[in-house]
Amino acid sequence: MNGIEAIWRAESGRVLATLIRLLRDFDRAEEALHDAFLAAHEQWPKTGVPANPRAWLVSAGRFKAIDRIRRRVKFGEIAKEIAATEEEAWMPQDVEAIADDTLRLIFTCCHPEIPADGRIALTLREVAGLTTEEIAAAFLSRTPAIAQRIVRAKSRIKELALPYEVPEPDQLAGRLDAVLHVIYLIFNEGYSASHGAAAIRTELCAEAIRLCRQLVELKPEPDAVGLLALLLLQDARRDARVGPEGDIVLLADQDRSRWDRAQIAEGAGLVQIAFAVQPVAAYTIEAAIAAVHCGAATADDTDWIEIAALYDLLLRADASPVVQLNRAVAIAMRDGPEAGLELIEALLSRGELSRFRYAHSAKADLLRRLGRAPEARAAYEAALQFTEQEAERRFIEGRIRGLAN
Amino acid sequence: MRYLCLVHTGPDPFSGLSEIEKRELDRDSLNYDKELESGGHYIAAEALQGPENAVMVKVRNGDVSTTDGPFSETKEHLGGFILIEARDMNEAIRLAAGIPMARLGRIEVRPVYSIPDPARP
Repeated sequence: MNGIEAIWRAESGRVLATLIRLLRDFDRAEEALHDAFLAAHEQWPKTGVPANPRAWLVSAGRFKAIDRIRRRVKFGEIAKEIAATEEEAWMPQDVEAIADDTLRLIFTCCHPEIPADGRIALTLREVAGLTTEEIAAAFLSRTPAIAQRIVRAKSRIKELALPYEVPEPDQLAGRLDAVLHVIYLIFNEGYSASHGAAAIRTELCAEAIRLCRQLVELKPEPDAVGLLALLLLQDARRDARVGPEGDIVLLADQDRSRWDRAQIAEGAGLVQIAFAVQPVAAYTIEAAIAAVHCGAATADDTDWIEIAALYDLLLRADASPVVQLNRAVAIAMRDGPEAGLELIEALLSRGELSRFRYAHSAKADLLRRLGRAPEARAAYEAALQFTEQEAERRFIEGRIRGLAN
Repeated sequence: MRYLCLVHTGPDPFSGLSEIEKRELDRDSLNYDKELESGGHYIAAEALQGPENAVMVKVRNGDVSTTDGPFSETKEHLGGFILIEARDMNEAIRLAAGIPMARLGRIEVRPVYSIPDPARP
């Protein structure tokens, strides 16, 4: 039943967040979510989809969890365990509270008491619903390493009994950076999915924007405003980024009339606000770059001088290899493919990006433009080796075929 | 994804247990298989006889040769397995942690490798 799958995709993250708050245990909540899903598959085809599926799933999951505790826990402990889950009595009408649970969960997952390497992995899995394997791919890391970070982070939350709450606005400082970073990563996974059939997972982008808006409403810190601007501008191009067959359409080839102009206007306005505050946050600079792209009437009109200058500025705020790669591409557009190629080859030789698909595909693209087909083919094949996303694979395979002709 | 949970145990994992405790463990293990089944996670599970009953087989240049099982000096051996379906590695870890034998031995969680079908490029 397709309706269930669609509801599942839209609701499972928020249902899980609420179950974690109610059951105060990640593993038990995941189990309960799975049970609720099975129950929906069994009952909804007979009874129809309930009016409020989210509340239904939360109720079913909570009921199943209590049922499991009754069956599993040795006598005597039962009363205590169930009392813990019932302490916070929950009513299905309590929909407003659910809306905030995701943000609460992010703040818990990003708590400073949790080892830094575990925070992001845990949040991506519990909030964005990514699998361990997807997170490992996104971080160019091995699955067992990520899996263990997640296990340790969960036990830390349990051990310290960390509360599920959004800090008061005056205590946000010091907690906000990590949260903005995971929202950014959730969006990125939606913007270019690392796995699976669809190149773009719009529900992840929408969720990241929703969460970022909630944060800005809570406290309009310039970093948060800059991030919201970035997400709005990038997401505004979503309809033009995939062709009718689900194929990837590059920025230069996109039908710009399909860009969401209202969203671009909102994003560009926020860039101006955030850019006025010194020092300018990295997200704001990235948003400014996106705004330049969105402001160009055609691909040829793109102001690459401005974009390369913004990348120079960005490099000072964030000297990560991925930023350097993007800057190299901008410089190739400003000064020609050779200049960019030199930078990318230097970056690749340092090793940090050797498993990053976009480093190889960017190199391949510059080699292709220079007419160096055999080298371009080798670089595309290197990119293919690290690409598990079907639309991206098709795109690269198409480019390789194009080289032969 | 499918994950194989390999139950590694010492040479005599049940030595410290009373008859009642052994029966409880057997009952818990069967119940857990049922629980995995009702959650849609169960694919297959078996407990294995000891390595003293095992034979190693190999073929070299077409000749079949056999030796005794691998029990020589190993402190741990494979006591059984459960093949499960899980969303990801962390779900597999959660399910493996519920295997009653995890309290006596150790569970190795191995993702199943899908051999690419050469007929489907």
